[in-house]
Amino acid sequence: MDFSLSSEQEQLRDQARDLLARECPTARVRKVMASDSGHDADLARVFAEAGWLGILVPEDLGGAGLSFLDAAVLAGELGRAVAPGPFLASSIGAVIALLHGGSRAQQRAWLPRIAAGEAIATVAVAEGPEPRFDGIGVKARARAAGSALRLDGVKLFVDGANVADLILAAFRTGARTGRGGASPGFEGTALFAVPRETAGVEVEPLVSVDETRRTCEVRFAGVRLPKGAALPHAGRALGRVLDGCAIAVAADCLGGAERALELAVEYVRAREQFGRPVGSFQAVQHMAAEAVALIEPARALLWYAAFVFDARPREAPLAAAMAKAACADVYAAVSRTAIEMFGGIGFTFENDMHLYFKRALANASAYGDSSFHRERVARLAGF
Amino acid sequence: MDLDLAPEDEAFRDGARAWLAKHLPKTARRSRGGEPAGETPGDRLGALKAWQRTLYGAGYVALGWPREHGGRAGTPMQQTLLNEELVRARAPGLVGMMGVQMVGPTLIHWGTDVQRRRHLPKILTAEELWCQGYSEPGSGSDLASLKTTARRDGDEFVVNGQKIWTSNAQIADWMFCLVRTDPDAPKHGGISYLLIEMKTPGITVRPLIQMTKDAGFNEVFFDDVRVPVENVIGGLGNGWAVANTTLMHERNMLGSTTQTQSMFEGLLRVARSVTRDGRPASEHEAVRQRLAALKIQVEAMRLNAYRNLTATLKGRKPGIEASVTKLVTCELNHQIAATALELLGPYGALYRGSKHLVDDAFWPYEWMFSLGLIIGGGTAQIQKNIIAQRGLGLPRGKS
Repeated sequence: MDFSLSSEQEQLRDQARDLLARECPTARVRKVMASDSGHDADLARVFAEAGWLGILVPEDLGGAGLSFLDAAVLAGELGRAVAPGPFLASSIGAVIALLHGGSRAQQRAWLPRIAAGEAIATVAVAEGPEPRFDGIGVKARARAAGSALRLDGVKLFVDGANVADLILAAFRTGARTGRGGASPGFEGTALFAVPRETAGVEVEPLVSVDETRRTCEVRFAGVRLPKGAALPHAGRALGRVLDGCAIAVAADCLGGAERALELAVEYVRAREQFGRPVGSFQAVQHMAAEAVALIEPARALLWYAAFVFDARPREAPLAAAMAKAACADVYAAVSRTAIEMFGGIGFTFENDMHLYFKRALANASAYGDSSFHRERVARLAGF
Repeated sequence: MDLDLAPEDEAFRDGARAWLAKHLPKTARRSRGGEPAGETPGDRLGALKAWQRTLYGAGYVALGWPREHGGRAGTPMQQTLLNEELVRARAPGLVGMMGVQMVGPTLIHWGTDVQRRRHLPKILTAEELWCQGYSEPGSGSDLASLKTTARRDGDEFVVNGQKIWTSNAQIADWMFCLVRTDPDAPKHGGISYLLIEMKTPGITVRPLIQMTKDAGFNEVFFDDVRVPVENVIGGLGNGWAVANTTLMHERNMLGSTTQTQSMFEGLLRVARSVTRDGRPASEHEAVRQRLAALKIQVEAMRLNAYRNLTATLKGRKPGIEASVTKLVTCELNHQIAATALELLGPYGALYRGSKHLVDDAFWPYEWMFSLGLIIGGGTAQIQKNIIAQRGLGLPRGKS
């Protein structure tokens, strides 16, 4: 039994932290935020060279072939840095979808390019008016049109679709049999590899409170695809995508929470009122201590979920649901506390604290909100 | 990361499980809801001492102590596994816990050979029970302000003063105690760690009735109590350092999260058996959300205990982990009990002796008792001070 990161994982964490401190300070994050695309191609090249974009891609397909726990460690560092761009959608979500659901040809076509930073991919599952990231959320249907397929429908909250080359879109092809919650209900759901340039695909970025990433509406109007565009093992893949992305978002949350608290602690050590550092007041100390008491136990849930995702896949759904609900709630609470520790300056746009606070909001609903995951916990734990 | 037990640890766990299945008398088991730690009903004293002797005979008491002192030199991993198995088997708490977990390790660390030989064997077999004399009426969180004095008189100290919140003083044979041996030394410097035999003339034990209506802790009065000088542990004026060793051992007590897990299982049983609108409460969405939120916290603390255990096994110096665990687990226990009470409705407010009692009043009892533990052993607020100051490096306020 060894419940800790390996020395290689600690090294990965430290190197990522250094690289991001150098290449992705919040000044750069803000520039990307202000850009139209929300994507920084130069930064993406840095990530690709570090091997991050293909962290989950097998080595024979041009990736780093690392474990999911390694990827979670990296996602945590990207969360710390409130790093902009579609890393999670492309290098976690789409890579898992292709790895677990794609044909060998589809994998060969896309995974090396994703790893090299030559292509960006994303996954489109949720729809309005009740966005969900499990099979119940998929209502748009794929229909046969002669020897081809025809897709019609609107997908919502698709991360990074505006810059994506490939959209892996979930459409219904059969009846749904499973229930929500524990069983993500992906039976009868297919996943199609749709190049964004395909005729009939329209992407419209939405304006999010969290400006570090771009969430989009994707409209499919009479999109015609060859039958081979379907991923052969969509049902299995979509469950893995939900769990993997939930864990990666959880990692992003915890990394962000940790950083927000660090910044706030640094600030209250220096800031003086009544002739002493405000951090010497117990009211302030207890806010910080409560944040620590939230972060540390959640970290154990996160590591566990990320580890079992590879090592004990049967335990992954429950572990992912627990980690996502816990870490998202922790991020919301800690980023808010951190702003209060800063006081008035924490409310300004110039101060960085709102980056964490806003990202916590976007993360809260990404790949299932906390009540969705708590209901999954209840089912999976057999209540 | 490796979540599998080593083969020898697995064998140890299976051995402990099999042994407990065979040797733990059915009548000695805790009730289904569990039984709160820290309570030692007088009428069960003989049986509990016998149980510790049996357990010791099998090598399951003081597992982590060195062999030369009567232990088994077990690893922290084995200690954790044993604790889990004891909770799982619903074994009663160790009646001599104060001796085994606190004063024993302190004697091993600081005691002389004579002191160890005198006390350790009887600690192990529960032949002598111990209580802890730290808090005083005027010295709670600010423990170092304690005023009980020990004045040197030849080969003896003459002790005067008062201790309070002394768990199990009514059944203890000995007390390990902090006293002021040098009134002129600075606050922490004048304190010594003294062992006092409870039947010494001049000691009066007065039970304090807790809100649970039990007499678990006491006030202890010292009126010219004469204690041999050789009963000081770790040297005169060194009591603060010695006491910190004891406290570290208290904070090392793992397995509390196992207790929390079994309480949560009890809560699930309540949620399934109680009905709302004719359906089990556990089928209602609002209840499921709350149960799941608690389950997530219970799992987090279970896994976090393994994370802390790994750090211990790797020889990492203890930091604030124990404070986080104490702060979160005690509150969690209280919330689990409060949730059970809400589900039970008016039944939850019934207490011992009543008709319609559920789980022998375990839930209202635990609801009260867990609040006591939020305060005792370093209040929640003191734990937050420790986390903020030692963990985050925030400056101490003016005192």
